[in-house]
Amino acid sequence: MDDPKKRYWLDEPNNVSKIYWTVCAVCAALFVADAFYHKHIHFGAEGWFGFYGIYGFVACVGLVLVAKLLRIILIRPEDYYDD
Amino acid sequence: MTDILSPGLILILGSLVLPFLKGIWQRGFMLLLPVLGFWQTLMLAPGESGAIEIFGLTLITIRVDALSLVFAYIFHIAALISAIYAWHVRDTVQHVAGMAYAGAAIGAVFAGDLITLFVYWELTALTSVFLIWARREESAYRAGLRYLLVQVGSGVILLAGIVIHQQQSGSIAFTKIGLDGLGPTLIFLAFGIKCAFPLLHNWLQDAYPEATVTGTVFLSAFTTKLAVYALARGFPGTEMLIWIGATMTAFPIFYAVIENDLRRVLAYSLNNQLGFMVVGIGIGTELSLNGTAAHAFSHILYKALLFMSMGAVLFRTGTIKGSELGGLYKSMPWTTGFCIVGAASISAFPLFSGFISKSMIITAAAGGGHWFTWGVLLFASAGVFHHSGIKIPYFAFFAHDSGIRVKEAPFNMLLAMGLTAFLCIAIGVYPAPLYAILPFPVDFVPYTVTHVITQLQLLMYSALAFAVLMRFGIYPPELRSVNLDSDWIYRRFLPRIVGAIRNGLAALQQGAETVAERWLRRLLAVVFHYHGPSGLLARTWPIGGAALCVLAMLGGFLLTYFL
Repeated sequence: MDDPKKRYWLDEPNNVSKIYWTVCAVCAALFVADAFYHKHIHFGAEGWFGFYGIYGFVACVGLVLVAKLLRIILIRPEDYYDD
Repeated sequence: MTDILSPGLILILGSLVLPFLKGIWQRGFMLLLPVLGFWQTLMLAPGESGAIEIFGLTLITIRVDALSLVFAYIFHIAALISAIYAWHVRDTVQHVAGMAYAGAAIGAVFAGDLITLFVYWELTALTSVFLIWARREESAYRAGLRYLLVQVGSGVILLAGIVIHQQQSGSIAFTKIGLDGLGPTLIFLAFGIKCAFPLLHNWLQDAYPEATVTGTVFLSAFTTKLAVYALARGFPGTEMLIWIGATMTAFPIFYAVIENDLRRVLAYSLNNQLGFMVVGIGIGTELSLNGTAAHAFSHILYKALLFMSMGAVLFRTGTIKGSELGGLYKSMPWTTGFCIVGAASISAFPLFSGFISKSMIITAAAGGGHWFTWGVLLFASAGVFHHSGIKIPYFAFFAHDSGIRVKEAPFNMLLAMGLTAFLCIAIGVYPAPLYAILPFPVDFVPYTVTHVITQLQLLMYSALAFAVLMRFGIYPPELRSVNLDSDWIYRRFLPRIVGAIRNGLAALQQGAETVAERWLRRLLAVVFHYHGPSGLLARTWPIGGAALCVLAMLGGFLLTYFL
């Protein structure tokens, strides 16, 4: 067990921002990467520039937003089933 | 002797010896059992053996081919890893249940006929429920009962299907059955329940998070993958499975996003991973069936790894609710690292096990022209990274610091996680040995430029979505709550219906009793009127009157006799 007061690298908000911007930079690089190789595709849409990245982003944002809406209907208190 | 002993029986019979051993001998013997079973598996000759004649039926207790072997190998590995993970547990019930359960699952994948399959099928249910009950809490007891009901129900449906199938086809051989007629449909349904098909799925998310820390690791490996094996054996190429599987990959992930119990999040993602395997069975080509077997193999490892890391968190902190955890990387760095390896594997990052197996199924779907299924699988792949790959490690080990400071997981848990993490990476980096044991020859190259780049794009943009949603406060926070799922039907709706019927019947009964009572009172009043203290028939009559009556009666008798 360590000292609860000890500051870690991730405790600095600046460093969390660094991770955020790193992810953004990697995504940008991967987007550009499509220009540099021949993509083997099965369906037309797959060949669109940056298809996989856009699909992944839209899928995840959609997933979270729909789940958030579903939660309004589905959520119950923790002791819902305890009678 | 050696060629008629099912490896599963070694574990089952061995588990019965465990109660007679104490301390380190007991746990040492427990570790030895999967090793012995594995050894026996290697000794078995391909083909059918261990035939038993019973009621005029020939049971084939051992059928060895590539499909049964790949599942037998991974079941033994899972049993060994789970046993190491449970080394610190001082509860004979759990040890016996865990080993007998693993043995039953292994016995089932070697079953050459449907009756043998049925026996082991039910045995997995009866043994595994003790891993839930061993938590010794009221909620676990109830969840265990529900679990047992569903599992045994699946067995009963299976038996009914087998009987009908046997009468129609005259065969109990467990080979490709195909969806044709009532018997096969029932068998399909029984497999589907255990495989957690949509709407038949909720026993999984209900029961697994209620089991003990170590019990959930056992549970995650066997039951559902036995069902995947059974479907791959009995119903390959059944088109309906493509649709069922695609649905399975997609809908549990919505629940996973909003679920607070992190072991339940893993149960939802387990369901989603089963969907990929089921799609592979439905497509039914050599590539897709290989993909299903390979994915079951790597899935058992990374899913066990994730359940082990969450189990370690539960073991140390006493909670597994995302709303109460966070910042644990500071006190459990090793567990954090192993969890991230599991997360990278389930997300199918290149160089991790999920990548080399899931890509086979997705490629098979694309190659077969199933564009819609392919799109759903891609969506589910992005989603699984989102909720399993990021959410699990993030809310347990990072997020806001909950202030919880605990010891690192016990050494045996770290060892089990370390071994599994090693295997996850080893399979991802060097898939050839796994490809070599698949049911069909493998003509598939996972590491092509297209595969790697497109997969990285899909995953990194999912991570970007998570980061953006988090940064702008759109991501739904972890809340102390339960979410309604199909278990609501049998936990709330049906009990309410039964309650309403019971109340209705009670009211009816009461009404009937009121009417009956009124009539009874009237009857009693009449009786009282004639027989009561002042009633006509209760008066004292003189003796002569009685004699007169008797005389009249006898006279009447004489008269009728002579007439």
